[in-house]
Amino acid sequence: MPVYSEKVMEHFMNPRNVGEIEDADGIGEVGNPVCGDMMTFYIKVDDNHLSDVKFKTFGCGAAIAVSSIVSEMAMGNTLEEARKITPALVAEQLEGLPKNKYHCSNLGAQALNKAIDDYLKKQGKKVKSKRRGKNEKE
Amino acid sequence: MRRAYLDNVATTPVLPQVLEAMLPYFRDAYGNPQSIHEWGDQAREALDDARSKVAALIVAQPEEIIFTGSGTEANNFAIKGLTLARQSQGKHVVISAIEHFSVLHAAKTLEKWGFEVTQVPVDRYGLVDPEEVGTSIREDTALVSIMHANSEVGTVQPIAEIAKVVKKRGALFHTDAVATTGSIPVDVKELGVDALSLTPNQFYGPKGVGALWLKKGARIIPFLDGGVQERGRRAGTENVPAIVGLGKAAELAKEEMASRMAHLSALRDRLIEGLLSRIEHAILTGHPTQRLPGNASFCIEFIEGEAMLMLLSHQGIAASSGSACTSRALKASHVLTAMGLPAEIAQGSLLFSLGLENTEEDIDYVLEQLPPIVDRLRQMSPLYSKFLKGQQGGR
Repeated sequence: MPVYSEKVMEHFMNPRNVGEIEDADGIGEVGNPVCGDMMTFYIKVDDNHLSDVKFKTFGCGAAIAVSSIVSEMAMGNTLEEARKITPALVAEQLEGLPKNKYHCSNLGAQALNKAIDDYLKKQGKKVKSKRRGKNEKE
Repeated sequence: MRRAYLDNVATTPVLPQVLEAMLPYFRDAYGNPQSIHEWGDQAREALDDARSKVAALIVAQPEEIIFTGSGTEANNFAIKGLTLARQSQGKHVVISAIEHFSVLHAAKTLEKWGFEVTQVPVDRYGLVDPEEVGTSIREDTALVSIMHANSEVGTVQPIAEIAKVVKKRGALFHTDAVATTGSIPVDVKELGVDALSLTPNQFYGPKGVGALWLKKGARIIPFLDGGVQERGRRAGTENVPAIVGLGKAAELAKEEMASRMAHLSALRDRLIEGLLSRIEHAILTGHPTQRLPGNASFCIEFIEGEAMLMLLSHQGIAASSGSACTSRALKASHVLTAMGLPAEIAQGSLLFSLGLENTEEDIDYVLEQLPPIVDRLRQMSPLYSKFLKGQQGGR
């Protein structure tokens, strides 16, 4: 087993915001079961703010902890703020991730971004995604 | 908190009698077996004694045993040393797709050295078809190496049948018996092989030691150049305490084999039946009957292995997994893949490898702890919710 930080273990053991939002305003799904991890993020948007964020994740301890902390970091953010949640920031908030688990933090940030893209698309707005190409697994 | 070690595939604990046998050779009888004096004699006698015990376990001659530093070394020695010794006859090697990395990667090195390697596939139970081995053997095949059993899925191969095919085609036959020696009967004559690898850290002996059995008359190119140890085939001062431990572990394994097998297979069946009846969408991997006594390996659908291991560990339970996320290389187990399991199913790999110290209470504890862990992870899994929605939609 990889050596995880206390923060990763804490989020893995007590993940926040697990679940689905039935009437979500945006849904973002990244990864696939073949490559190991799969994350689906659900968001509710109220007055340009993320009023609710939920996730479902198929994957390892790091993937689950990443999803949990991303949901926590994004909750209540404006869409613009939420866009600024980068993989590096996620890893930092988790007090580090083992090197071979860094892709999990990419997935978390991507899933959230994709949910925002989806929301904007549904709103008929132009998508201003700052999607990070590196390590993208779709 | 209750603790249950069900990861004997990683390594087994050292039995107290084995440790007791080893201890004097660290402090009192510390001589070098090659020395010509009392200290040397003591150590040499200990080596001879261990050699006889290992030979007795696999029904071989003591002089056919070459001590090595691990099972991995024994496999490397066999794969590289035997092919190099026969390369004038041919530069082709046959192995199975589910070999241990110490065989697979050694074969890759041979490819870099200009040899050709054929990998024989396995069926969905992880079984090698002897016919398939036969058709893979060519005029220039120097060596065939098929493992006796795979510790990840527990499947035991029909080595004696494969040996007949190999013999008919005139190739040399090595088997990696690391998973079987000391666990189930291993008789080199009955198996019909020419070389066999073993290590005691799979049968309650120490780590850092192994052995290659090499049939009298078979030529091998030494790996390590140096002194005359092991009749010049494996140079380096012998690890006397570890070899003594190997000997003692071999002696005990031979004596207690029947009772150990009965104990382990009863626990294994209790775990397999209990788990499959308590957890839906769980698959037993490996062969249902031709399997190692202590192996209970599964794939739990819709969830991932490492997450299960972490939650089990939190409850004091040690197990292992072949999921991509648990491997450093982030690749799913080549064994599960070779058996045709789809990648997302292989991600749910969960292996309980039982040992002598396990009890019915351990098994019942696992059966009590695992279902809520599976439930918890499935509640988080988008694959599971998709599956449930698909079911509802289908009605």
